Amino acid sequence: MVDTKDSLPESKTSFWYDPAKRSILYQVVSLLFVGLLGYYLLSNTRHNLERQSIATGFGFLQKEASFEIGESLVAYSAADTYARALWVGILNTVLISGIGIVLAVTLGILIGIARLSNNWLVSRLSSVYIEVFQDIPVLLQLFFWYAFCYEMLPSPRQAIHPMTGIFLSNRGLVFAVPATHPAHRYMCAAFSCALIAVFFLRRWSRKRQERTGRTFPMLGTSLGILLFFPIGAWWLAGAPTAMSMPVLKGFNFEGGLTISPEFSALLMGLVLYTAAFVAEIVRAGIQSVNRGQTEAAMALGLKSGRVLSLVILPQALRVIVPPLTSQMLNLTKNSSLAVAIGYPDFVSVAGTTINQTGQAIEGVAMIMAVYLCFSLLTSAFMNWYNKKIALVER
Amino acid sequence: MKCFRLCAAAILLAFTICGLVSAGTLEDVRAKGFIQAGVNGDVFGFGKPDEKGVWRGLDIDTARAVAAAVFGDTGKVKFTPVTAKTRFTALQSGEIDVLTRNCTQTLTRDTALGLDFCQVNYYDGQGFMVPKKLGVKSAKELNGATVCVLPGTTTEQNVADYFRANGMKMKPVVIESTADLYKAYFAGRCDCITSDTSQLAGNRAVAPNPKDHILLPEIISKEPLAPAVRHGDNKWKDIVHYSILAMIAAEEMGITSKNVDQLLKSTDPKIQRFLGVTPGNGEALGLDEKFAYNIVKQVGNYGEVFERNVGAGSPLGLERGLNALWTRGGLMYAPPFN
Amino acid sequence: MELEKKHIQQATQEEIRPPVTIMGPMGWIRANLFSSWFNGLLTVLIIFLLWKTLPPFFKWAFVESLWRSDGTACRDAGGACWSVVSQNFRFMIFGFYPHDQQWRPLLSMAILVALLFYSRNRNHWKKLLVYAWLTGLLLMGVLMKGGILGLVDVESTQWGGLPLTLLLAVFGLTAAYPLGVLLALGRQSRLPAIRTLCIVYIELIRGVPLISLLFMSSVVFPLFLPEGVSINKILRAQVAIILFTAAYIAEVVRGGLQGIPKGQLEATETLGLSYYHTMRLVILPQALKIVIPPSVSILISAFKDTSLVVIIALFDLLKTTQSVLSDPQWMGFSTEAYIFVALVYFLCCFFMSNYSRRLERELNVERA
Repeated sequence: MVDTKDSLPESKTSFWYDPAKRSILYQVVSLLFVGLLGYYLLSNTRHNLERQSIATGFGFLQKEASFEIGESLVAYSAADTYARALWVGILNTVLISGIGIVLAVTLGILIGIARLSNNWLVSRLSSVYIEVFQDIPVLLQLFFWYAFCYEMLPSPRQAIHPMTGIFLSNRGLVFAVPATHPAHRYMCAAFSCALIAVFFLRRWSRKRQERTGRTFPMLGTSLGILLFFPIGAWWLAGAPTAMSMPVLKGFNFEGGLTISPEFSALLMGLVLYTAAFVAEIVRAGIQSVNRGQTEAAMALGLKSGRVLSLVILPQALRVIVPPLTSQMLNLTKNSSLAVAIGYPDFVSVAGTTINQTGQAIEGVAMIMAVYLCFSLLTSAFMNWYNKKIALVER
Repeated sequence: MKCFRLCAAAILLAFTICGLVSAGTLEDVRAKGFIQAGVNGDVFGFGKPDEKGVWRGLDIDTARAVAAAVFGDTGKVKFTPVTAKTRFTALQSGEIDVLTRNCTQTLTRDTALGLDFCQVNYYDGQGFMVPKKLGVKSAKELNGATVCVLPGTTTEQNVADYFRANGMKMKPVVIESTADLYKAYFAGRCDCITSDTSQLAGNRAVAPNPKDHILLPEIISKEPLAPAVRHGDNKWKDIVHYSILAMIAAEEMGITSKNVDQLLKSTDPKIQRFLGVTPGNGEALGLDEKFAYNIVKQVGNYGEVFERNVGAGSPLGLERGLNALWTRGGLMYAPPFN
Repeated sequence: MELEKKHIQQATQEEIRPPVTIMGPMGWIRANLFSSWFNGLLTVLIIFLLWKTLPPFFKWAFVESLWRSDGTACRDAGGACWSVVSQNFRFMIFGFYPHDQQWRPLLSMAILVALLFYSRNRNHWKKLLVYAWLTGLLLMGVLMKGGILGLVDVESTQWGGLPLTLLLAVFGLTAAYPLGVLLALGRQSRLPAIRTLCIVYIELIRGVPLISLLFMSSVVFPLFLPEGVSINKILRAQVAIILFTAAYIAEVVRGGLQGIPKGQLEATETLGLSYYHTMRLVILPQALKIVIPPSVSILISAFKDTSLVVIIALFDLLKTTQSVLSDPQWMGFSTEAYIFVALVYFLCCFFMSNYSRRLERELNVERA
């Protein structure tokens, strides 16, 4: 590269040294390069597929899948289509990530606060936890928990039976749940109504507080509403108390709700791993708030709970939320490791599909597309939330 | 900028070099001096390294036979363990030259997956293994059972079909690696495990306590296990195909690794043609005239290979059954070698 | 009252000592363990739990454990069976690498560790270090592959165990770094086309799990290549790890670039420096220094992420362990084997993260 200084005195810049033209050239060259590379790979692929007469296209989605899936949120049998099987996989991924995120964030916040506790034992233990679980690959943790689940627990016939309706065996945890009854649907509806009511109540109470300065016992009231509505609905619908009890029939337990070892191992591994990172984020967030703030708030006579909720948390959240988002995304992405321990998540089902149809390109493209959607949705939601708390801070 | 130009040049150069290497599999294999075979790696008796790291099994010997045919040396084959998921792409991409991984021949695989299957080297069928203490006598009693099954295999479809056809319910546990799947079964994660009966027997043979597990009498599918090559390379397919057939033909003619040297002097024209004393076969395949001699001498005939790896004398103790010669009620039948 | 009197008496004789309840071990315990009723409750609860779990664990791990025996002896013992590790140690660490050649991966690991230790000291951070690393990496590659200098050629299909794990992580990061820096610069570029390309790449890669890239490398990528060309499995996985890590490095480096005041850029423009020189001489040296600690964390996660190659059947440390565990003799001792592997990973990561923290402190002090 010739030094540009030499060309400065010249009145007429040559084509090569005109920044505007050169930038266009760079862009054209790089676009051309990427385009050519893409074209090259694409034509190779087309040629390879044709030469080996491998089928292409998404036509297979409508064919019969003819494989069973271990656990599913919607009705599914081997007679359903590949599309349905993949849908089951997506739902399983959503389930594990959803529960995993909630648990990991809760546990992470607890441990993050414990890390700052003035109890020496508590803070030491939490820092040991954080170090250990951060530094062991999540896949290894999954294998460990899975092996633990099926090697340590007894067979269904010798299941651990701590109390009525709960069995723990190497087929998973089975427990009694209320038998299906229309009342449950009313309860769900009532709960949704309660949520809406609480939302409006909260808005009203905040407005009133801003106007008059009087506070309203929000926590107690909303808890009451949230509990009262569903219970009322249950009572009105005839107060059904029938339970679906798990019974050992033939090989496995029937009735009740089963949490499989695969699911538990995956959940345990993901939650314990991610919680360690969340704890670090929470700790950093809380520490980022100047100590003077706490002292000032205490000087104003606020109780320590209120100091945390009114002064520290709103400020800490601004620091916490962005890295927390990426941890949530990490958990969702790590849930794809389910394939290693046999939980039928999306990657696992897509893998089987790839294998049976031989259409690897379509399969991997679907995996990538689905996870991209998850990522975009999560970050869109968290961006919205981030904006919201940024406004609150004013 | 200089850096960019250099990179571009390097990439272009790389592609040009890559573009040059391309010919038939036989030429490629000859050029690199060995055959790359995709094998299972987890199934005792078919393809698994022993404690010294030496590969052993029926599928291994099949690949060695191909090496003996092409190079006259069974050592010129290298083994890549492939999973059920990666096996076909490994072949399609040219990472391996031949797939000898107890792989079932099916219509879809032969067509839409871009593979070509050669002579079957083991006729198998899918069965069930259960712990003895469950007291199950027939697969029909398995309603509601948790079934360990390898994902993405014909086995997975067959078992789903079988349970559906018999109006029974099942709960599959699918684990990618064969070894882990059996580990889960032996640890009691599933009530039964389903796979090709040969595989079940092989894994039972090395189980902590083989006597605690039984194979159920039902065979629910046909599983012709055959080596596969890339679709469209007929010359290479012929070589793999006739390498296996040569082992079967040798057994038909009573040629073993022990007597093959004596039989070189045989006056039987069939044997003379087979062993390349009378030339013709080798040239037709594009191989050395002694290819069949090399296979039998170095690997053995099909009966020997069977006995050594999975037969009555081995830990698996399998019957010949469908894999006996056609003259003894089996399916092994070689076309004339002339 | 008694106590107070005593104190007063003592004070007349010698200097007043603080009450034992504030100073000394008692005071420490009171301040750190029983400062409130809630803390006291927590302390008691934790001590109870530790008392319930730790002694049985020690008994299992050290007292009743077997260290060098075969599998059958282990089955009868009540404690941990560390023999599963000791008897299969070489296979777990080196995989299928030829037995008599295993000094070569050992030596390459030693080179790596030596290089890492040498680089710990910041006084050694000179041009020489870069050359030392390049030579070291080259030497490691040669040692592993062989084929020259009288070393027996060892196919990469036979590589495995810990050397493979380290190789994938170290080569992955080394190759990903330049790519990541380029991507970060591209993302900050004023040229819309280049910026868009870089943003699309970074967001695309960061949005998908590594495992999908590994699938891509193992089942799709071969189809992209022209007929007859194949790239071996380890290299393909390595490329996937590089492409993945590069996107994360790009984000870290972008953070560093954004930390450079705009005035510096304007100053270089006034001086008439070209883009290349601006970046090479002014911006990058500062930006890269800021991002050293987060880069170490990326190295840590790359190191942990290499364990995912298990899923595409590469024999890294985790896979060799699993392979041992599927041997009928050692079935059922997963806990012990996994604890061993976890320990290996933990030690490596712990040292790296401690180092990164120390570095961060030092660099912060310097800047302040």
